Amino acid sequence: MDFFTHLGTYVLTIKGMFTRPENPRMYWKELMQQCVEIGVGSLPIVLIISMFLGAVMTVQTAYQLVSDLIPKTTIAVIVRDSLILELSPTVICLVLAGVAGSKIASELGNMRISEQIDALEIMGINTKSYLIAPKIMAALMMVPCLIALSIVVALWGGRITAELAGIMDTGTYDRGLLEGFKPFSITVAMSKAFTFAFIISSVSAYFGYNVKGGALEIGRSSTFAVIISCILILLADYVLTILLLNA
Amino acid sequence: MITVSNLKKSFGDKLVLQDVSFNFLPGKCNLIIGTSGSGKTVLMKCLVGLFTPDAGEIAYNDQNILTATTEERKQLRQQVGMLFQGSALFDSMTVEENIMFPLNMFTKDSVDKKLKRVNETLERVNLKDVNKKFPSEISGGMKKRVGIARAIVLNPKYLFCDEPNSGLDPQTSMVIDKLIQDLTSEFNTTTIINTHDMNSVMEIGDNILYLHQGKKQWHGTRHDIIYSKDELLNKFIFASEFLQDAKQMRMIEAEALQESAKKT
Repeated sequence: MDFFTHLGTYVLTIKGMFTRPENPRMYWKELMQQCVEIGVGSLPIVLIISMFLGAVMTVQTAYQLVSDLIPKTTIAVIVRDSLILELSPTVICLVLAGVAGSKIASELGNMRISEQIDALEIMGINTKSYLIAPKIMAALMMVPCLIALSIVVALWGGRITAELAGIMDTGTYDRGLLEGFKPFSITVAMSKAFTFAFIISSVSAYFGYNVKGGALEIGRSSTFAVIISCILILLADYVLTILLLNA
Repeated sequence: MITVSNLKKSFGDKLVLQDVSFNFLPGKCNLIIGTSGSGKTVLMKCLVGLFTPDAGEIAYNDQNILTATTEERKQLRQQVGMLFQGSALFDSMTVEENIMFPLNMFTKDSVDKKLKRVNETLERVNLKDVNKKFPSEISGGMKKRVGIARAIVLNPKYLFCDEPNSGLDPQTSMVIDKLIQDLTSEFNTTTIINTHDMNSVMEIGDNILYLHQGKKQWHGTRHDIIYSKDELLNKFIFASEFLQDAKQMRMIEAEALQESAKKT
């Protein structure tokens, strides 16, 4: 019963966003602000994680492919496909659920508890479209960019590690990256990025916007937002992988 | 004028407002008073449209807001200003940006014109040199004044104040009360104040509604309170012995004045 209540409220919250903005310029300003917060704010952690993700992936793949019959370029092929198809979109979005998602939930929760949302409502502003829509739009714009950047940095991290650890030279690694590359992998990665971006922003906004109680509930709702986002990301990851790669 | 007729509101099984009817008058400080849990805040939230009542009518100058279209409600809300208990200032914005927010949202004036309006409003609430400060950098009394400035920047016809004196010292409370009273008469706004503060009741209560367990128990002016025989109201207003004595004195004085008037 609780599940259906949450689902119904979530759908109504999303539906409530679609109204004509009172002043498009203010909405644009808010959108840009959110793009900076979600995109630029999450950039350092995304870069650090991606770098190590690529590095560790390269070393571990090399450790498992020890046969002389397997060319070294295969390591780069496996690293490339793993990073593009799964690791960069999923791991980075799980991190973003924690970084950006909890920020969205706690920001809206704080606005709810301190009556700032009521103040906007009384001014005649549709708070769902003014507060939630720009966050979802910004996430849909910025998360795919972050994922694309993450893939590049992770592959770069793998390249540097391959050279430093003596696994292979950069020329062999680069040849491996181009070997049998299917551009459809990028489509899969971006499909995941868009889906996960929507999950992170809408679920976190829902939990933050509908907080009831005091300061304790803000913390609770942002934790809950991260947990639910992570579960939904993994579920959506599975469904998308089946739909896109198993057809 | 705001007219409330037979308003009912319940949450689950709990009936919070029962058949409340009242007229909130323009150009007057209309006070809603009552003990905690008597339904004051719920009534105010119904009036501003944050809660939808189960039954009854709320008319802003004969326009029933409960049957109004979304667009009509939006228009009406732009004539409403509200000061919240905790001020509800946007903490990511400076004082200037907070006050300018309604202007940015609903007017197409130039930045200079908007800035001029902000400064005029800040001056009106007796605040200076705080334009670039964030809400976290100013005192509680200043926050209230910024809240009032934001509420009146669009010259609203209706001003709602939810416990404007909470958390303030008596002196600052009086300043805020005086400011609200002055603004009410200056702009002829229908001001509705939800308060626990007995000083406010006695200072600015032009039209008072006393709620008890969700029902209208008493209504009148601040002058009527002194002579009211309503037991519940007297218990609420003159809760301390000091205030009871003060009331007794006023009654004796009034009776003596009446006696001497009869004699002469």
